[in-house]
Amino acid sequence: MVEARVYVTLKKGVLDPQGDTVRPALEVLGFRGVRDVRIGKFLVLTLDGVSRGEAEALVHAMCKQLLANPVIEDYRFELHDAPGAGAGAARPAAPGPSAGR
Amino acid sequence: MKIGVLVFPGSWSHDDFLWVFRRVLGIPAEPVWHKETSVAGFDCLVLPGGFAHGDYLRAGAIARFSPVMAAVRKFADGGGLVMGSCNGFQILCEAGLLPGAFLRNDSLQYRCQWVHLRVENPDTPFTPGIARGQVLTMPISHGEGRFHADPDTLRRLNDRGRIVLRYCTPEGRLRNAANPNGSLGHIAGIVSEGGNVCGLMPHPERAAEPAVGGTDGLILLRALAYPLAAAAR
Repeated sequence: MVEARVYVTLKKGVLDPQGDTVRPALEVLGFRGVRDVRIGKFLVLTLDGVSRGEAEALVHAMCKQLLANPVIEDYRFELHDAPGAGAGAARPAAPGPSAGR
Repeated sequence: MKIGVLVFPGSWSHDDFLWVFRRVLGIPAEPVWHKETSVAGFDCLVLPGGFAHGDYLRAGAIARFSPVMAAVRKFADGGGLVMGSCNGFQILCEAGLLPGAFLRNDSLQYRCQWVHLRVENPDTPFTPGIARGQVLTMPISHGEGRFHADPDTLRRLNDRGRIVLRYCTPEGRLRNAANPNGSLGHIAGIVSEGGNVCGLMPHPERAAEPAVGGTDGLILLRALAYPLAAAAR
């Protein structure tokens, strides 16, 4: 399994009133030198049955088609081996009679 | 001969639109559930306000995948009149039927208030009989109404007269104080390249009877009835 960590952020030049409100709040707390705060979205996708190469192409397509709006947002992502990945990964046991959902 | 009012899970203005079309204007109108795959038999379509699919990810981002949207696109491509109000405008932008995108209001507040709107282009199918510069009064009700488009798109909208409504003062002046959400160019409503798809953030259906405080919304909604009236003659 591959885990994709996707960061969706507002494009440069797009006003971010949330970030602009958080920045002076940090200043009030005594944190100096925070020139800018930009708030975005963080998505974690767990992908089954794909290689990292395939995941790269897939996540780009997902971001372009849905996860980010290219009019206002940029995206970037990192790919990681998801916990439990690999040939010897343990599969969850088959649900018992009481585990049905 | 009827108007279709789309209903998504989370829509909230569809009943108000249906009420106004049927009871105030006397035009046949029917709801269209988002799972429908055809809009055959409708002469124009309305995408109402609300929070379609919870507005998850971005306002309108998921609604554009509702089965009915393929039919809406086809209807619009064929020149059919489509009006999206509030969340309906957001859905039309996400679906690429209108340019631009929406951001959180610059105040960070949900704004529910009456606003003044200057009619920038009376020569659209949605604004017949309105004078250029006429000021209409209608409510808005949204948290993500800050219209944004890249400079090229904005220029194209401006140059081709595709900006239909701008937020303004009661006297029709463009002022930041009269812009309730920080929209670029005070934009409140636009039309598509072909002129047959209109998106506006205000709620015309909530300004259609004196009892609710105003009837300027009727001016726009009556326009949707004109093709019907013409065809009926």
